[in-house]
Amino acid sequence: MALPPPDPQFVLRGTGAAVHTLHFSCGGSGPDIPLLFSGSENGFIHVWNLKTHRVDSALDGHGRKSVYCVQTMGGKDRLLSQGRDQRICLWDLAEGRTSVTDSVFTEHVGFCRCSLLKVAQGRWLMAMAARSLEEVQILELPSKTSVCTLKPEVGAKLGMPMCLKLWQLNCDSQPVLLAGYEDGSVVLWNVSMGKALSQVICHQEPVMSLDFDVEKAKGISGSSEKVLSIWSLNEQQNLQVCKTHKLVNAGISDISIRPDKKILATAGWDHRIRIFGWKKLKPLAVLDYHTATVHCVSFSDHSSPRERLLAAGAKDQRISVWSIYAQT
Amino acid sequence: VCFIPGGLDCSISFVSHVLGKVCVHGRQKEILGVLVPHLMDLTKSDCIWQRICWRLVECVPDRWMEAVVLGFVQGAPSADVLSRLLGNLVVKNKKAQFVVTQKMLLLQYGHTTAVLQNLLGYLSLDSLRRSLLLRVLQELLETWSSSSAVKHSPAEQQLYISKAILICLSHLKEPEIESCRQELLTSMMEGVKCHLDSSLPQLRRLGMVVAESISSKINLEGPVLKFEYEEDDETRELKSLLVQTPSFCVVPSLPDDDRSGKAGAALPLVPESNDKPHTAAPVMPDEELDAELDSDDDLTPYDMSEDKELKIKAPVYIRDCIEVLTGSRSEDVDKWEATVKALESLVRKNPAATREVSVELAKLLLHLEEKTCIEGFVELRQRAQVAVLTTDPIPVAKYLTSQFYSLNYSLRQRMDILDVLVLAAQELSCPKFHGKTKHSGAQKPCIQLLTGSDSSKDWRRIVDERIKSKTRRFDMGQSHVELTSHPNEFNSVAGHFFFPLIQHFDRPLTTFDLLGEDHLVLGRLVHTLATLIYLAVNTVAVTAMGKALLEFVWALRFHTDSYVRQGLLSCVSSLLLSVPAERILADMTEELLEAQSWLGDVMEKDPDGDCRRLALQNLLLMENLKRNLKLSLPS
Repeated sequence: MALPPPDPQFVLRGTGAAVHTLHFSCGGSGPDIPLLFSGSENGFIHVWNLKTHRVDSALDGHGRKSVYCVQTMGGKDRLLSQGRDQRICLWDLAEGRTSVTDSVFTEHVGFCRCSLLKVAQGRWLMAMAARSLEEVQILELPSKTSVCTLKPEVGAKLGMPMCLKLWQLNCDSQPVLLAGYEDGSVVLWNVSMGKALSQVICHQEPVMSLDFDVEKAKGISGSSEKVLSIWSLNEQQNLQVCKTHKLVNAGISDISIRPDKKILATAGWDHRIRIFGWKKLKPLAVLDYHTATVHCVSFSDHSSPRERLLAAGAKDQRISVWSIYAQT
Repeated sequence: VCFIPGGLDCSISFVSHVLGKVCVHGRQKEILGVLVPHLMDLTKSDCIWQRICWRLVECVPDRWMEAVVLGFVQGAPSADVLSRLLGNLVVKNKKAQFVVTQKMLLLQYGHTTAVLQNLLGYLSLDSLRRSLLLRVLQELLETWSSSSAVKHSPAEQQLYISKAILICLSHLKEPEIESCRQELLTSMMEGVKCHLDSSLPQLRRLGMVVAESISSKINLEGPVLKFEYEEDDETRELKSLLVQTPSFCVVPSLPDDDRSGKAGAALPLVPESNDKPHTAAPVMPDEELDAELDSDDDLTPYDMSEDKELKIKAPVYIRDCIEVLTGSRSEDVDKWEATVKALESLVRKNPAATREVSVELAKLLLHLEEKTCIEGFVELRQRAQVAVLTTDPIPVAKYLTSQFYSLNYSLRQRMDILDVLVLAAQELSCPKFHGKTKHSGAQKPCIQLLTGSDSSKDWRRIVDERIKSKTRRFDMGQSHVELTSHPNEFNSVAGHFFFPLIQHFDRPLTTFDLLGEDHLVLGRLVHTLATLIYLAVNTVAVTAMGKALLEFVWALRFHTDSYVRQGLLSCVSSLLLSVPAERILADMTEELLEAQSWLGDVMEKDPDGDCRRLALQNLLLMENLKRNLKLSLPS
């Protein structure tokens, strides 16, 4: 007999606007408080204390324009946020400060979240959508120098880049970028050479979100239609669609694979969060708590498996936090 | 007649005289049927015979020239044969020139497309004659773009002229098009305006096809004019005329020029080369099944039976629907969509509740605009309107008819009102109507046009059937189609639908002038009145309606728009069918007598074919009526 799906462990209220992005920072052990960063449509980034379930501080750096991406850069003291004011801000949050140390003016008017990759101590690569419609720019942070610009060939008609993921197989190999585009295709780019290695059409509609498992060289993408697409990368660096999974309702805003690569979560337009097993995409649970479109899902980076959490932010201004399949 | 190849200076003027005399007596086909094949063979390669042939036709006296030229043009199987036979006759002889360039193209319109092809092809084959071709094109375009020609000439003539224009265009070469590009553009703009103004869909389509063709010829780079219309055989045939196969191929004797034109028009489709390295590959076999232990087993799924498709619930009460649709919360578009879809059934299930708010609902629906992209929005709205009108006919009809004549409505909205009235009347008068009527779904063309609904054609068909049943079997008693009987709900409200519509037609408003520019709406109004009175058969008010309608028709009988005239004539048909015969003869005798002479006039002289047919039908109905009454009355 299957158990009914669990309820959220707790719900964070108080953002005052639809929640577009979430990022955990719970890795540090000891007295460090586990934190959850959330970006909302009113331009605020809230820093949630996961012990007290209250907001520790609210950061206002995007001129009240929606924040749609937050990520930490090596620890909770350095934060990167991206907003609809066409800026990416770098924050210094150490010792209770809340100041913007640097910002990058992207001139990008879309919703494509940037992707960060640590390449060396203190050096990061960031992929972001640039001003020109189909291009992706790679910058090095903190120097903000441009590494390259990835331009699709003329006439490719890919549309805007919708979602990005920078990764490298290990510390010594070349960084590569996976980009999902408006025409439904996913392209693998070689960053150093600035050219495309492979392209596969995964969806008929724009790719809304993607995630990639580096070890298994397998990725998953979701779109505005009813299908999830799983694709893989073979030795010749070629992408191929392995299988597709049909959903009950159309529309996926976000996909996230848990760091232990056992399960993945999808945020749906039908207000539901779905959990699948990553190995074979077996549907595991449907979490039905929110009353509006779920915009983002994020897994925590707790070092202890039992404390692992899943957070989901939705248009109904709530962040639900779940503890699911934490025992494995 | 066989020719003896004699000396070069033998005179053949005698033969020309004979030929001319025979042709003018009407025997072109017989004599040319024998002559032309012979000449065709003889002149194929022999220059002398060609010159003999030319001499032959040149010597025909002027008074018989027309018949001969006409005969040749009709009899020649292709343009280059005609060219061989006639040579430069059109340049040398004034009469021949008149016949070919003016009479056959502008004054007559009965020739087939093949004949047109031959004629215009003949003009294009020689450099001396090409200037004539250009002149012909200019004159054709002048006619095509003149608004009075579009309004008053019959549809068949307009089709003929359009075909001629297209064939001319297909023969023109680049430098010639260059030289007259500006004129082509001007004529096209004027012509397209007159054609789109017309109320008849066939003429509009003709205008669109010709304008598209002209635009594609003059605009080789840059965007080309493109209209949206339904393709049918006529448009396809017209478009195929634009492409010419080279005139050196011998076309078989039957007019198969269209077919060869079409073959030329089928351009080879360039296969799209697939540059992308990989497209979606088929499912890869899952090799990991054997290799790994299935460690997913320790993740037990939860119960997912609640996971169903998301359905937005529509409101259950009518007042809630009103609230949602008046947009108090414009955010909830899903709810708005669900409400629009559910409204008709809610209205029909709750007549009492609807009656309380009927006028409000009618107002709401009349102004409702499409907020999101729902399939069939126009039909959903119309059905909801009909449901409201049938549930509470009198106040809603009063509202709608008053709005028809109010300021600040679009033509589309006024025509919607008419459609809704007709559909509701149909429902009220016979709830199980056995004919299928088309809803006037408005299409959204890429160039804004007011599409006429085809429902008037359907009604015509139904009325025709009824007339048939009446004219043949007047003494056989009842019609044998027995429907289950229902009380005719239209009886009590027919007057409310009809009279307000007919009241104010001659009062122009600032934005709406039925007797002026808005003759399309007038046409639709007239057809609506015809339908309403047809549906009002056996109601109490029908006689009064008939009298009012006859006065209305009388006032408008000389209207210039043929669509309006067709409507007026169908009004008379409906009237004659619906008003009981005794009442007609008692109350409307003088008017009908006057109408008879008017109908006779229409039948003979009206340029529109449909009008003539309808007038004849009406005269037959009147005859029938009189005969019926004479037989049933004892004296």
